[in-house]
Amino acid sequence: MGLDNFFDVVKKRLSGSAEDDTAVYVKCPRCQYQIVQERFEELHRVCPHCNYHGRLSCTERLAITVDKDSFHEFDSNMISCDPIQFPEYTEKQEELRRETGLKDAVVTGVAQIRGISAVVGVMDSRYMMASMGSVVGEKITRAFEYATEHGLPVILFTASGGARMQEGIVSLMQMAKTSGAVKYHSDNGGLYITVLTDPTTGGVTASFASLGDVIIAEPKVLIGFAGRRVIESTIRQRLPGDFQLAEFMQEHGFVDMIVDRKKMRSTLAHLLKLHGYAPKEG
Amino acid sequence: MDEKKTAWERLQLVHTKGRPTVRELIPLIFTDFYEMHGDRLCGDDKAIVGGVAMLDGTPVTVIGQVKGRDINENKQCNFAMPHPEGYRKALRLARQAEKFHRPIICFIDTPGAFCGIAAEERGQGEAIAKNIAEFMTLRTPILSIVLGEGGSGGALALGVCDELAMLENAEYSVVSPRGFASILWKDASREEEACNIMKITAEDMVRLGVAETVIEEPLGGAHNDLDKISENIKEYLSLKIEEKLQKDIDVLLKERYTKFRKIGDFQE
Repeated sequence: MGLDNFFDVVKKRLSGSAEDDTAVYVKCPRCQYQIVQERFEELHRVCPHCNYHGRLSCTERLAITVDKDSFHEFDSNMISCDPIQFPEYTEKQEELRRETGLKDAVVTGVAQIRGISAVVGVMDSRYMMASMGSVVGEKITRAFEYATEHGLPVILFTASGGARMQEGIVSLMQMAKTSGAVKYHSDNGGLYITVLTDPTTGGVTASFASLGDVIIAEPKVLIGFAGRRVIESTIRQRLPGDFQLAEFMQEHGFVDMIVDRKKMRSTLAHLLKLHGYAPKEG
Repeated sequence: MDEKKTAWERLQLVHTKGRPTVRELIPLIFTDFYEMHGDRLCGDDKAIVGGVAMLDGTPVTVIGQVKGRDINENKQCNFAMPHPEGYRKALRLARQAEKFHRPIICFIDTPGAFCGIAAEERGQGEAIAKNIAEFMTLRTPILSIVLGEGGSGGALALGVCDELAMLENAEYSVVSPRGFASILWKDASREEEACNIMKITAEDMVRLGVAETVIEEPLGGAHNDLDKISENIKEYLSLKIEEKLQKDIDVLLKERYTKFRKIGDFQE
């Protein structure tokens, strides 16, 4: 899966350098800084100019977060049906499954982070902007139910455009289903850490993404309920550039900490320990 | 019941001048209504009304989204689009209801939560999420009724309940049909087309397991006879409250969780 699924790829021709003629550049969506794609990959898609943390696939995210070979996936074959018989929804999903190799917009499972067991879920924006339909709702719910039953903490990396329109009211109800499972996990004393990644919006912000005991965000990512365009058309004025970015949300009291990608694994491990979870014996 | 109407025709009915608002219905359904104001944190959102009242001799907490009868009233109540403080007021009153063992009755009637700068700054997403999660485990019966339109998470924030009823012409949707057309097709003018394929009518809600009951409206729509529609709502509420109050609270909570838990269409 290439970068072009996440960013505008800029092909730039540099005069005088024959080697660089074919170099592929990508443009940071926050500061417009242009960087050679290979270099950007090496930096795990963090903009060296403004520190915007770019989007990762769920595979890439797991690779830099959980202990090697420790991830055991839940419900890996679950696919969505077509609850409101929405035109072309089934075809679109088949196509996306082929293109991305994903079954839907979230991967869940149990893993270890520095030896500590946790239920981990990662949303992947390549699949219909990680919108929440029946599969995302069911998998997140099952993940929390599993964690409640086994006394495990939950760590979710959220990213979403919101509810999946193509599943109509059924997608809206996933907000209630997931939040209910989060509530029971919480009432049972379980720790839930949310990591908000780019972008976390709409029905996901208005449900499980906002319910973490600890809410972490990556730098410069977009977090909000309503989309920027919707707000601009409602109030008929341009919004400031930092509106709804992680730093803005922290300033307004909705994010506990902003953590750089390279420190994420150790931060999560420390937080798990501070909440009484310990590495497995042996 | 006239089942021939399309979703679009019903939406027009819901938007008809004279469609009963929650403020008109409360005095016709309940007695001794005392309104409570404010979320104790930031302000008092006029898009949400709440308070205590008597229903047939049973004290209840009433919470609802407020539409206006004309442009001036609508400006006052922000066209029934709550800010976070509205949802937080609702949660405060819901917790008060739980404390005093009063059933909660929610009236849903909103195009959606307000989309604006202040709403984002004060955590619209967090406010809705908190309501959804907290309502799931409130240890008192909750009944919700969609009066006109129920749009998006802004409606669901009053929609986690033991049973949901829809007025016959009311609609409930993941986003307003206009928003739907604008998001999916980048063309808000295809609102009617969106409306008719979204499956948002009362009948759809029952079929999809979202609602349990359809409350019949007077011939031609609720606006034609306020007394009659209030009587139908009251009759429904009295019956259901009695039924829910008799249930063991832990059983009720389990059923509430299951009601939402089973909604979804997937295969493995």
